[in-house]
Amino acid sequence: MSKILTLARRELAAYFFSPMAYVIAAMFLGGVGLLFLWGLKIPFLRIDYEPLFRNGAEATLRPLFDVLAYGLAIVCPLLTMRSVAEEFRAGTIETLMTAPITDAQVILGKFLGAMGLYLVLLASTLAYFALIVIYGSPDYGVAVMGYLGMVLLGAVFIAVGIFSSTLTRHQLVAGLVGIAILGFFTMGVYLLVMLLPETAEIINRLNMIRYFGDFSKGVFDTQGLIFFVSVTAFFLFLSTKVLESRRWR
Amino acid sequence: MIDVKNLTKYYGRTLAVDDISFHVSAGSVVGFLGPNGAGKSTTLRIITCFIPATRGGVSVDGLDVFKESIKVRDRIGYMPENVPLYPEMRVREYLMFRSALRGLPRQKRSAAVDRVCEQCWLSRPEDLTRRRLDQLSRGYRQRVGLADILLHQPPVLVLDEPTIGLDPAQVREMRNLIRQLGQNHTVILSSHILAEVEQVCSELVIIAGGRLVAHGGLAELRQRVTGPSRLVAEVKGAEPAEIAKAVAALPGVSDVKHSQVGNWTRLNVASQDAEDQRSALAACIAQKGWQLRELRRQVASLEDYFIQITYQQSMQRGMLQDKEAADE
Repeated sequence: MSKILTLARRELAAYFFSPMAYVIAAMFLGGVGLLFLWGLKIPFLRIDYEPLFRNGAEATLRPLFDVLAYGLAIVCPLLTMRSVAEEFRAGTIETLMTAPITDAQVILGKFLGAMGLYLVLLASTLAYFALIVIYGSPDYGVAVMGYLGMVLLGAVFIAVGIFSSTLTRHQLVAGLVGIAILGFFTMGVYLLVMLLPETAEIINRLNMIRYFGDFSKGVFDTQGLIFFVSVTAFFLFLSTKVLESRRWR
Repeated sequence: MIDVKNLTKYYGRTLAVDDISFHVSAGSVVGFLGPNGAGKSTTLRIITCFIPATRGGVSVDGLDVFKESIKVRDRIGYMPENVPLYPEMRVREYLMFRSALRGLPRQKRSAAVDRVCEQCWLSRPEDLTRRRLDQLSRGYRQRVGLADILLHQPPVLVLDEPTIGLDPAQVREMRNLIRQLGQNHTVILSSHILAEVEQVCSELVIIAGGRLVAHGGLAELRQRVTGPSRLVAEVKGAEPAEIAKAVAALPGVSDVKHSQVGNWTRLNVASQDAEDQRSALAACIAQKGWQLRELRRQVASLEDYFIQITYQQSMQRGMLQDKEAADE
């Protein structure tokens, strides 16, 4: 366990040394701020998003989280794309995997490191929540569920990102593969249901946004909890297996 | 200490290591010698648990590298070729990280890092422990790599091309350091330079084309590869044919070739065994009353042998490629 934490700490530190993390953090914070204060109106795409911080608005971050859920499908793979791919490119995987640590420990370390950064980013939205508390009277239960949903969703997205990073030594490829996989779970599922309505029963069960929607509404959904936790575990397991198998070739 | 048994490794369909077996006893410093692409790195990577073998196996200290991988890794310090390091970390930070990964207890890490920094000249004469790893020169990177593998004081050190890319002064430093380490560790180091291995190692494993070509102590190997010696002599005083005939009659001489150098006759004498026949030859010539101006013994060196192996491998590979091209 302490070795996993050692790896996670190094990983987290490495994020803060790479310009990529700052660019992504800026994107994230800028996006959240924009949505919160000014909203987003693109008539061309029929996007009409009222600013959250206005008179008469509901005192909740829920609309923000609902939009963020889609944004994270892009941000998370960009965040994690270098984690394993870079080890292979730089050759540091050789020193790493000849130290007395297992593949699973490496993957878990990478996962926790990325989660650490994600939680820092997510925590920054607490500032907006504080404004809402000052100027309104939010439902704390909904807020807690919303944050829990965001943490669970982030965990799944990061697990998928790490998995795609184990597939290749090219960061960009890893990032794109991750975005593609998450694109399926967040948007592709809607498309599939539209094209093949008879599969809706099954496909809807893979819809990450749908599970997340329950949490952001303030509903504690054990089905969603189990879904998120098991999909996270599944992708981390796959990552471990891919990492193992890459050394077998 | 290290037992390699029938080790075979395929990368896809390419055979990299072909049925290699050898044993390294505790405390020896073994040179792993072979031309580029001979399978040295592959073998070392299997020994250090980085990649699994296709067939056969390796045991270190009685532990199988595949089944008890983590325990084996505890007993080995492996410095890969080119010493990959995390560019954004600082020397001390990196070594602290590595000591934690190697499971050193928290309170012992700092002392261990100080120890290896001292040992690898990272803290004195110049203090480099706060330098960023990507700002280090080749030689210093190599030292950091070496410091890393000494942290947990493993009984076995595996160094892949430890002196490649270093300048001559650094090469000498590195050799001295390895020689020093050889007193308390079992060391395997790979190289494609024979002179280097001869200076540092007590044992030699030569591989070429994925096959084991020779294995043994340095002196033993030198003797084995030299085989029958040759004498070269320049004599004057009689007809070349007559001189050659007289020399050929000496016991133990198998073949005599002669040629003219001015009015001297140059003899090239092959003997059947390794015995030195210089004195017998000189006595024979003196007895006949001829003049002798040169007499020397030519011994095939390990170098010659190694070059021959390298040459054979490249020939074989060339033939293989030709064959593949023809097949297509």
